[in-house]
Amino acid sequence: MKFRAKIVDLACLNHFTRVSNMIAKLAKTCTLRISPEKLNFILSDKLASGGVSMWCELEQENIFSEFQMEGVSVENNAIYLELTSENLSRALKTAQNARALKIKLTNKHFPCLTVSVELQLSSSSSSRIVTHDIPIKVIPRRLWKDLQEPSVPDSDVSIYLPALKTMKSVVEKMKNISNQLVIEANLNGELNLKIETELVCVTTHFKDLGNPILPSESVSQSRHPEDMAEVHIDIKKLLQFLAGQQVTPTKAVCNIVSNRIVHFDLLLEDISLQYFIPALS
Amino acid sequence: MKCLITGGNVKVLGKAVHSLSRIGDELYLEPLKDGLSLRTVNSSRSAYACFLFAPLFFQQYQVASPGQDLLRCKILMKSFLSVFRSLAMVEKTVEKCCISLSSSNNYLVVQLHCKYGVKKTHNLSFQDCESLQAVFNPSLCPHLLRAPARVLAEAVLSFPPALTEVTLGIDRGRRVILRSYQEEEADSTNKAMVTETSIGEEDFQQLHAPEGIAVTFCLKEFRGLLSFAESANLPLTVHFDVPGRPVIFTIEDSLLDSHFVLATLLEQDPCSQNLCSPNPCQPVPQKQAHSIPHLDDFTNDDIDCYMIAMETTVGSEGSRAQPSTSLPPVSQPSHDLAPASEEEEEAEPSTVPGTPPPKKFRSLFFGSILAPVHSPQGPSPVLAEDSDGEG
Repeated sequence: MKFRAKIVDLACLNHFTRVSNMIAKLAKTCTLRISPEKLNFILSDKLASGGVSMWCELEQENIFSEFQMEGVSVENNAIYLELTSENLSRALKTAQNARALKIKLTNKHFPCLTVSVELQLSSSSSSRIVTHDIPIKVIPRRLWKDLQEPSVPDSDVSIYLPALKTMKSVVEKMKNISNQLVIEANLNGELNLKIETELVCVTTHFKDLGNPILPSESVSQSRHPEDMAEVHIDIKKLLQFLAGQQVTPTKAVCNIVSNRIVHFDLLLEDISLQYFIPALS
Repeated sequence: MKCLITGGNVKVLGKAVHSLSRIGDELYLEPLKDGLSLRTVNSSRSAYACFLFAPLFFQQYQVASPGQDLLRCKILMKSFLSVFRSLAMVEKTVEKCCISLSSSNNYLVVQLHCKYGVKKTHNLSFQDCESLQAVFNPSLCPHLLRAPARVLAEAVLSFPPALTEVTLGIDRGRRVILRSYQEEEADSTNKAMVTETSIGEEDFQQLHAPEGIAVTFCLKEFRGLLSFAESANLPLTVHFDVPGRPVIFTIEDSLLDSHFVLATLLEQDPCSQNLCSPNPCQPVPQKQAHSIPHLDDFTNDDIDCYMIAMETTVGSEGSRAQPSTSLPPVSQPSHDLAPASEEEEEAEPSTVPGTPPPKKFRSLFFGSILAPVHSPQGPSPVLAEDSDGEG
């Protein structure tokens, strides 16, 4: 198993850092899947995360100037690693103005992902090298089946999300009142966030959001545009998702399967993020 | 004692107090002929810091009124720090600072003359004390490196703020490395990330150390001096020796001097243990010669080398000086721990032998000399004053 990659472009480095910061906010521990074409950050441990799952994908050639990997075997040319997301984002934080950043899989007393940053400081003549050894756990092949791309369910309603910052500030206030939140949307571009308690009901209405045109014949064809599809979810999980979004996404879609699951599908320039929050039972 | 500080120097004094506050809870203030000295030591006696402000630093510096004995005092760090709590405010509003201590007062008076005629007077209660003096000699350290404080400050930036200990060493290619130090854990599943910064030799003004040498010390305590040195834009000199012997950080200027002495971790590999047990201790290098006689007693003790001995001056220094009768209860347990070679690190002076050390640094300074059993005929055993014991 081998992996070495290098980033020399500052814009790519910043982009990768932003993704890593987002992942650190979304999942404490996550799986990094390395394959010849892509890098994936995966959260699939249903029990530990309370049913939430995440799939983040980026094309390696958009970020890395050099990329070499050798998987577990020729037929299974992939590497699955488990790491603490915060370590990666902290390591990348020190690479603010780096000339080059190298990542490789090493074994220094324990298996780790070594991030090596070469800094050129104006104050010094020589370059400064900062190395971070992030401890990792290699995930055995028999567990790979649990870490595959989740299938996108046929949704009842698919709608474009409003400004995530606005959603976040709304949900943050709602969190103090209730633990549960109802997210509902219809094919008329309307999305509501509702909380209900004995004393009070609060609803925030978002209008004119627009619905993506679904390519295939789906359930939504026979749906009345005003009908709301709703899911009851844990408010904290929604808040965690929203808190992780530091940048305005290029595209943000919310797919709702009534009373089953809400699926957020974001595109951040060239990186895709899918986040699934199940309904409360 | 009376001294007057004006202009930008007030902020410098404030910054110095902030640095000292990172180390200890009590500030020892002593006016000397050479200048005003501010010293502190941490509770486990594994870190000592001192600032000496030369008379030139002050607009006015009067050590003692004629006919008066030299006074010294010990104040709660918190109290003194509160005067300089907000450095930004000090810089903006304080024009002069006057510190005075006299035997007729019960207080150490710190008066800040601020803009618009505002005068703030702080009366800080103090305790009489022995002179706090750690004995150390940087020139006896075989290795040293010297760099602008900025170089080290930048290197330390990449470490998480919560990191306690850091290892400083020389790597192949004459590169100076700073690495986060993690204690070895039996349970290897929860490993922490290891960060290492490597700096080229060219960034150092002086580098006299062999490749392969490395010492580990407390980063938190070092940060105090580092931030001071960086703001004062002064070069920092690091004197060090083998692991186990303290590392000495110094800043020198025409107006002030500063020394921070931090204990270092003793290596835990078997070789060093073998080295220490059967062989006699190396003699502790000292500034004050008169305490040498009782050092020979330690060579018979089966304990690791201490580089620094803590001294208090006993005698007639002032009518209010209390006799140093209290002993920090460090001596016996540390000797007991000697045969158990793993127990090379002992920090908290503890009267219970075998109590697991709460921290890994040993009382390098004050442990060794506290062997009242072996008091020599010469000067009485010099002992670290246990401020807690006075209560």
